[in-house]
Amino acid sequence: MQFDTPATTNPIDQLKVVGKPIHRIDGELKTTGRAMYAYEWRDPNTRYAYGYPVGSAIAKGQITAIDSAAAKKAPGVLAVVTTLDVGNLQKGKLNTAKLFGGSEIQHYHQAVAVVVAETFEQARAAAAMIKVDYAPQKGAFDLRAELATAQSPDPSTEPDSSSGDFQAAFSTAEVTLDAEYTTPDQSHAMMEPHASIAAWNGEEVTIWTSSQMIDWWRTDLATTLGVDKEKVHLMSPFIGGGFGGKLFLRADAVLAAFAAKTVGRPVKVALPRTMISNNTTHRPATIQRIRIGADRDGRITAIGHESWSGDLAGGGPETAVMQTRLLYAGENRMTAMKLATLDLPEGNAMRAPGEAPGLMALEIAVDEIAEKLGMDPIEFRIKNDTQVDPENPERPFSHRDLVGCLKLGAEKFGWDKRASAGSRREGKLMIGMGVAAAFRNNLVMPSGARVKLDKEGIVTVETDMTDIGTGSYTIVAQTTAEMMGVGIDKVAVQLGDSRFPVSAGSGGQFGANSATSGVYAACVKLREAVASKLGFNSKDVIFENEEVRSGNRAVGLAVAAGPDGLVGEDTMEWGDLTKTHQQSTFGGHFVEVGVDIATGETRIRRMLAVCAAGRILNPITARSQVIGAMTMGVGGALSEELAVDTRHGFFVNHDLAGYEVPVHADIPHQEVIFMDETDPYSSPMKAKGVGELGLCGVSAAIANAIYNATGVRVRHYPITLDKLIGELPDVA
Amino acid sequence: MRAFFYEKAATVEAAAKAAARNPEAKFIAGGTNLLDLMKLEIERPSHLIDVNGLGFDTVEKTAEGGIRIGALVRNTDLAADEMVRRDYGLLSRALVAGASGQLRNKATTAGNLLQRTRCPYFYDTNQRCNKRQPGSGCSAIGGFTRQLGVVGVSDACIATHPSDMAVALRTLDAVVETVKPDGEKRAIPIADFHRLPGDTPHIETALEHGEFITSVVLPAPVGGKQIYRKVRDRASYAFALVSVAAVIRPDGSGQIAVGGVAPKPWRVEAAEAELSKGARAMALALLADARPTEQNKFKISLTERTLGAILSEARG
Repeated sequence: MQFDTPATTNPIDQLKVVGKPIHRIDGELKTTGRAMYAYEWRDPNTRYAYGYPVGSAIAKGQITAIDSAAAKKAPGVLAVVTTLDVGNLQKGKLNTAKLFGGSEIQHYHQAVAVVVAETFEQARAAAAMIKVDYAPQKGAFDLRAELATAQSPDPSTEPDSSSGDFQAAFSTAEVTLDAEYTTPDQSHAMMEPHASIAAWNGEEVTIWTSSQMIDWWRTDLATTLGVDKEKVHLMSPFIGGGFGGKLFLRADAVLAAFAAKTVGRPVKVALPRTMISNNTTHRPATIQRIRIGADRDGRITAIGHESWSGDLAGGGPETAVMQTRLLYAGENRMTAMKLATLDLPEGNAMRAPGEAPGLMALEIAVDEIAEKLGMDPIEFRIKNDTQVDPENPERPFSHRDLVGCLKLGAEKFGWDKRASAGSRREGKLMIGMGVAAAFRNNLVMPSGARVKLDKEGIVTVETDMTDIGTGSYTIVAQTTAEMMGVGIDKVAVQLGDSRFPVSAGSGGQFGANSATSGVYAACVKLREAVASKLGFNSKDVIFENEEVRSGNRAVGLAVAAGPDGLVGEDTMEWGDLTKTHQQSTFGGHFVEVGVDIATGETRIRRMLAVCAAGRILNPITARSQVIGAMTMGVGGALSEELAVDTRHGFFVNHDLAGYEVPVHADIPHQEVIFMDETDPYSSPMKAKGVGELGLCGVSAAIANAIYNATGVRVRHYPITLDKLIGELPDVA
Repeated sequence: MRAFFYEKAATVEAAAKAAARNPEAKFIAGGTNLLDLMKLEIERPSHLIDVNGLGFDTVEKTAEGGIRIGALVRNTDLAADEMVRRDYGLLSRALVAGASGQLRNKATTAGNLLQRTRCPYFYDTNQRCNKRQPGSGCSAIGGFTRQLGVVGVSDACIATHPSDMAVALRTLDAVVETVKPDGEKRAIPIADFHRLPGDTPHIETALEHGEFITSVVLPAPVGGKQIYRKVRDRASYAFALVSVAAVIRPDGSGQIAVGGVAPKPWRVEAAEAELSKGARAMALALLADARPTEQNKFKISLTERTLGAILSEARG
């Protein structure tokens, strides 16, 4: 099915199942521990062997020798497979750094060997006996030091944009802001580590893994193993979080495949937590300069946003300026990105890539210019709202209700009680409120599904869509139930298997809208098949109450299916509605913080997000996405930073004791309100994503709340107490 | 983790003797730190002596009016003990500020004292660490040092001791009771228990090999306001940037130890004479010999400000 004209009324609009607050259908499996994650997969008739990876001790250079003699003799060891043994391998096209193979070291903790043994403990012990000799090379590890060498990245990333005359308008603006902001490297820190089991059967390999994107992994794994894609079977039915860290093939799958081939048995490999920060990808640090010029009335006349980030050679920039192209009005504009070559681990997508760090900076800058203008920051945002793409004014937003989000949020949060900066105290706490806009584009991806109706009237959906904790199982079931006129208890959903039609997968908050649209398309096919078999006119047929009706004829779905059942399969493809119309999601983040006047510790007191994201397919799972993202934003604002050792080129705090994500005690009251809206330009579902929207802007709202509490403006994340206490009032 | 010989000791004497026979032997109780370090090959004992069955798991009154805490009393039980809560609130507060409920259920009094630093370079076996591998150098100095020590440190090591409990014990003038493999008993004041690194940072305590901690004794209750303030980047489950364990008496005098700044709970008795002059004077005296790095110099002012807050709370 091709979606190239805005949606009109369709069966989803019945909203009998879609849009209902249905608890996740896989919830019981998860809460009872019966959902099998990659590493836990087991066949009682199989003796699994265990692989333990060895990571490079240097950041850049060559391996000159690997001595695995002692490891091979260690108890239980079946084999050692080294990067030298397998030689140079073809890198998958979606990875920047190679995952395994050859003597070149591109980054710290790059996989250099895997030790395979009868037990996990034996493999781990023997892995410590591997001795690797290196010829290290000097590397570049400090973004700030490399600013002068940063280049304009590949034109395909659209690094620059301009309209009007920014320089002239900024230099003559009545009120201006020109400030630098920084965001640090961040780690996905998902709960489930990267893990895979590989089992070969002749020339075919089956991989149980933890992947957000089945087909991307399958394609790149086949490339790296040098086998035909059809010989690779990937399974990833449950995923314990990904946040972008599992978008692209990872070393655990490659190591497991080589290990299993070598020992002739299925092998399990998980990345140890301490290896994840440096072995896999991370969100790259940015240095950003934002300039805003406005007239005295608070109208933006000039807006400029530049961002510098680094990556391995061949990598790309953190696209932190993209949202500035679209968020606020203003005639004279410029954005630019520069990319430095760094020899740190690969920088790549992490939840709301570009948007999150970009808005961390932009939404402080907006707070600052509003303050300079003596305007309320909400009023300033409303005044500079735009209903068209400011760089291409002939291109409208499909639906944009940022103003509605901010107004409703202000009312619900009690924004009118916000005091002036540094003026509200409760005992030893300084209290402040902050606001920021949330803004994330709505991407769409082709997505396929197969829907089977059987003689019991059960509808089974098969798609390689993944559920990374987001609720895909549930919304796919809801969509199917709505389309086929059955209860959700009559729908079975099977996900995450490469034998199923290729779907959108999970990423870029495109999963929910795209994958359910694919299911919609397949259900349309199944409805046609049912109607056709019954000789009904498919145009006026109604699917309801487990029956299909046309005029005064009604046939049960089970009967219609017959003994052989019926199948519908299709892929949703997308026309150019995302080009003719800017499709985005919007929100307002409201935060209240308390800052300890003595220690500078910031603790969140309450948070509210008001989101406008098209039709909400399931308010429970959507809310979970948003509060999870808000929580991630708390970490980004207050504590999360991969600390770079700029001498040795690695992230030092590479475990969950050193890389501090929020704990329960950090997260008090969170509220989420969804605007009641639909966007017919987005899909037949009229839905858009929310999974990343909830992160966009929230850290800046916290930063602005800290400013409001203390009068201290911190422009460098995370806002830890050491950046505050020097400017807090004397308490001695 | 290397393969190791495991035995369960039946008596203290047997445990000490078993340890004496093997210079690589270690006692294991809660294991919350040791097992992690073994998995990472930072600790590689060839012999573990499980002391969990030896008793020493009660808190009792002493003839001197204080309490004797068994070495194997779990942190959770100690924090909840009625006498501790009533007379040594500082200790109870410090305990619950540490780790998580699950860890405190396993962790023991002696084990808490013996936990090792959380310096990230100590934890990464690719990096040089004089504590982990004597004489290999220190990768932390000149690297990422935000969490590391500002006082009592040396050119060989700037790691901190991560315990909360030990900071409170230092303020409360605890005494660590031990028995050596030859049966000799010792009472080591907590001030002398942890050593400064000097050029031998791998030697962290006054214990001799095989010497077994049997209990920790607290003197009679000292009264006063007992405040434990742990300052950290997140609200729970994080090591202290700075922690302050204070007993402040009604006349304004008091005793104070600081955590998160040094290789051991940091207390300078002479500095306590400055208390009457305020937090700044006290902090100046307490941290007079500080040699912070650019990344952790904030701990100096943080200590002063936290002290100020505590003094203000005590007055209030």
